[in-house]
Amino acid sequence: MSQVTGTGRVKRGMAEMLKGGVIMDVVNAEQAKIAEDAGAVAVMALERVPADIRAEGGVARMSDPDMIEKIQAAVSIPVMAKARIGHFVEARILESLGVDYIDESEVLTPADYENHIDKWDFKVPFVCGATNLGEALRRINEGAAMIRSKGEAGTGDVSNAMQHMRKIGGEIRRLSSMREDELYVAAKEMQAPFELVKEVAANGKLPVVLFTAGGIATPADAALMMSMGADGVFIGSGIFKSGNPAQRAAACVKATTFFDDAKVLAQVSRGLGEAMVGINVADLPAPHRLAERGW
Amino acid sequence: MKVGVLALQGDVREHISSLIACGVDPISVRRIEELRSVEALVIPGGESTTIAQLAEHYELLQPIRTRISEGMPTYGSCAGMILLADRVLDAIDGQKTFGGLDITVRRNAFGRQVDSFESDIDFNDGGKEKVHAVFIRAPWVEEIGKDISVLATVTSPDGQSHPVAVRGGNLLATSFHPELTGDHRIHHYFIEEIARPALVRGRDR
Repeated sequence: MSQVTGTGRVKRGMAEMLKGGVIMDVVNAEQAKIAEDAGAVAVMALERVPADIRAEGGVARMSDPDMIEKIQAAVSIPVMAKARIGHFVEARILESLGVDYIDESEVLTPADYENHIDKWDFKVPFVCGATNLGEALRRINEGAAMIRSKGEAGTGDVSNAMQHMRKIGGEIRRLSSMREDELYVAAKEMQAPFELVKEVAANGKLPVVLFTAGGIATPADAALMMSMGADGVFIGSGIFKSGNPAQRAAACVKATTFFDDAKVLAQVSRGLGEAMVGINVADLPAPHRLAERGW
Repeated sequence: MKVGVLALQGDVREHISSLIACGVDPISVRRIEELRSVEALVIPGGESTTIAQLAEHYELLQPIRTRISEGMPTYGSCAGMILLADRVLDAIDGQKTFGGLDITVRRNAFGRQVDSFESDIDFNDGGKEKVHAVFIRAPWVEEIGKDISVLATVTSPDGQSHPVAVRGGNLLATSFHPELTGDHRIHHYFIEEIARPALVRGRDR
């Protein structure tokens, strides 16, 4: 009886199991435990949450393996970690640590401004960000097993995430309405492989799970993204930069499940204390906009 | 037959598709009224800690336990297997389950995601063909009670054989995810060999 690891199906399937859930950024074992107890489906282990990366500046890199291992030891849910765009050696290190998913992330400083990591070459699955359908399909073509729409990480401003979810959703709907002979030009225009364009047009959805990320700070934000068709949400700075992380984390988990039930949303939104302060994306100078990294 | 899929978190959509392919009309269950309206339940793959937490908070934990103890046919895959187990190893402190299956399950028994695998395995439903099984951070069954039958096993790298599909009364659990493969044999087995006969017996009573 042969057992095959690292297949497309187990990579994509892993993301299917996260659906309807919240993945939370954590910087230490205590936060990871709080996230798990609050009902997170996974945690993203990183040294600085995006809000701090933004505040402190400098080059942001893969986290210290010691710190990732401490988080792995602290929780039973999946542990994800970030590698820089194109930094396949960071990705190999993370794979050797046994992280459950790698986020090839624009939140870190890119290592390669032309190429992303060849993700087919790894046993560990990857999630990548996208601002539009073409970008999502290019990442899938490189082996990404999960996509997250990009938002403007570390701001607490949900407008970018909203824009990208609308964009991806709109482009999928547009493809679905096209004649098959029009898909060749559509593929050319969005700079995406024809076979993937055809698959999206036929199924009306991405071939992999689509989460959303960046700027989500409240239960209502999480529910908004689910209503826009996200399969789940990443919450970065929004939880542990707020007044009462444990309660806010649990509230976001509930809001993600009951995204269409305003009564539940009103109930979980009560008395959460201070949300992260936040920055308006419009006030960010263009060079500091993370969502524009990646291509 | 009215079948529900517990829809608090996880791969609900895939189970719904598999059930439709078996000719039943499933609904998703997030609320007590929805639970009351179904005759059988499927608990999907996902994170068992998340599903248990939400079930407890939204007052489904005890009602599902009660329905299971009253004989509601229930099938759980992966996280669903953990949630149907009476005992869980490598659980988080205070992790709750619906229970009902007299088994001890070990969470993430096969390892981390890099150890997740696919394999063709024998499934003891009388069929000769193997089932293509997808194991994702999967649990296995460590111990079984006397009324549990083992329907499939997998050998771990250390040469030990572990049950990965078990049945006890009206309850079925698999470590793997038949909902991901497009082969509906396990769902068909649950509907035709467990749920339908149980409901017929119930009506005759």
